[in-house]
Amino acid sequence: MEKLYTFLKYTFITLWTVFIVAPFLWAVSTSFKDFQSVNSKVTYIPWLDFEPTLEGWRVLVKSPARGGVDIVEPYFNSIFVTCTASLVSIVLGTLAAYALSRFTFKAGFIRNNDITFFFISQRIMPPIVLSIPFFIFLSTIGLLDSLLGLVVVYIVLLMPIAVWIMVDFFNRVPKELDETALIDGCNPYQAFYKVVLPNSIPGLIVAGMFCIIFGWIDFFFAFILTFTEVQLLPVKVVALNSSITPWWSLSASALISVAPLIIVAFVVERYLSKGNLSGALK
Amino acid sequence: MNLIGEHITYKPDDQFHLNDVSFNFKKGNLYTILGRTLSGKTTFLKTIAGLLNPDSGNLSFEKKDFSKIPVWERNVAMVYQQFINYPHLNVYENIIFPLKQRKLSKDKIKTDVEEALKTVGLIGFENRKIQELSGGQQQRVALARSLAKKAKILLLDEPLVNLDYKLREQLREEFKKIFSEGMSQETILIYSTTDPQEVMELNGEVIVLDEGKVLQKGPAKEIFENPLNLKVAEISNDPPMNILKGLKNSDNLNFENISIKSPKHFKNLENQNYNFGIRASEIKLDDNGEEFEIELAEISGSETLLHLKKGNSKLIALIEEVMNFKIHQKVKVIFNSNKFYAFNQSGELVSSPYGINNG
Repeated sequence: MEKLYTFLKYTFITLWTVFIVAPFLWAVSTSFKDFQSVNSKVTYIPWLDFEPTLEGWRVLVKSPARGGVDIVEPYFNSIFVTCTASLVSIVLGTLAAYALSRFTFKAGFIRNNDITFFFISQRIMPPIVLSIPFFIFLSTIGLLDSLLGLVVVYIVLLMPIAVWIMVDFFNRVPKELDETALIDGCNPYQAFYKVVLPNSIPGLIVAGMFCIIFGWIDFFFAFILTFTEVQLLPVKVVALNSSITPWWSLSASALISVAPLIIVAFVVERYLSKGNLSGALK
Repeated sequence: MNLIGEHITYKPDDQFHLNDVSFNFKKGNLYTILGRTLSGKTTFLKTIAGLLNPDSGNLSFEKKDFSKIPVWERNVAMVYQQFINYPHLNVYENIIFPLKQRKLSKDKIKTDVEEALKTVGLIGFENRKIQELSGGQQQRVALARSLAKKAKILLLDEPLVNLDYKLREQLREEFKKIFSEGMSQETILIYSTTDPQEVMELNGEVIVLDEGKVLQKGPAKEIFENPLNLKVAEISNDPPMNILKGLKNSDNLNFENISIKSPKHFKNLENQNYNFGIRASEIKLDDNGEEFEIELAEISGSETLLHLKKGNSKLIALIEEVMNFKIHQKVKVIFNSNKFYAFNQSGELVSSPYGINNG
């Protein structure tokens, strides 16, 4: 029974891994093919089946005037918008979450839980509902088709995630830890940044990771709120798909657009598995 | 130069957490707060620390109004029943944390920390992570942090309750030593606990707290000998004092068809109904005694606790050896009548084997 279980477990894991990794391998090999190797017949193995070429990758950095698509600028735009919005969301979200976890708010019938729910409810709405208000809002304040406008919108999208994760995290940090810090001579601000914050790094990392992922992969708002001045990576990648699909450069651009997320995942996994907090706070 | 509380009341919801509590704590003394769970002990300590603001009443220390001083400027230290240390710091960093907050000189910090580590027996553990320590060691770190601070008020909130039996005994012994030798005469020490035995061993001034109200104040010996009423008798004994409703006549105490010769110290009591109190340890197995039925027998360490029943009366006897009993078995017990207490119908102590002394 034990052996059967182990066998089934590893079989499933193997199949699942193949299922996940195969498209990546396919994309990697396609990105090194040329027009002939993609369109004439099915080819698998480089040098045997087809002659690898860097053309698909070169197109991505060439300016449009020379027949390229230049995804370098959208790439850095995406990095800037995602990182700025995530950072602001984490800072504001953490402060809001700490307040919601530690202090009692009352305004009419509104209590702490209602405020927390208000934050989360921003994510419950389908994005399409928000698109028109956002569009009108940004055009009124003149930030349509600009990086700053996108940052503002992304903060609205990402901060609920930060608040949600951090409220849950702070609720699990015993209140006595803050109290001990106060007794040991910290004022409330010092207690927060000298004691609570250093013990919240795992929560901050998880919240940051989610913010970066959700910011990076957003296509919808990047598509609706930008036209010509500013373009983000997901929009640019999709725009590659014109009358003749250049599968090779499409694969290459897809690969480099998931690369940051893979790096983030590895870094976070390594950090979280250190178990910095386990057993410390009972 | 005392810590004085006057009529402190705290009622955050429809229940009193503190109900008109007054006290006058002097420097260099040990005060123990005895009370059951949720009796308001933690609220009491947190009010002194400044973590809670009472609804009414005054709190002053060294003739200054304490309520105007925020927590971080009051010179207090507190050890919680949960082992609260800073998980991101190692043992040494944990202990110097409050000293660094106060911006003491490096040399002073060094000597103070070493002294504290020595007192709690954690020399050699300076660089350990908190997570690597056992519960007892974690509580020692918390204690060392409080001691190194040399606070003028040291609060200990049931510091031993989350430790296992063996460690509790051991640490309690060490606490006694630290409190009698290691403490400066400038410190007011306030220790809360649910365990009467701890109170008796620490032998300080006792405040018995129940539902936020002070039931009795006095030296530990006084609380033990003359519990003012039934509630105190129950709280200050473990197992709780047995209470038997009965009638006293000129020669005998009568309850449940049992008649016991009235002890000498009862001779001035009027003949009427009383609640007679007797400690579990004053009930012994004896073949010539009264027959009771065993409801439950608990063996703890080297003792056996017998839960006995006869008619409507239930009592607990403490037998100082390990014996095996069957449930519903009948046993015979005798009462040491010289150790009977008498409480009147409203629960006030009217006669005690040690003589009532309310002074």
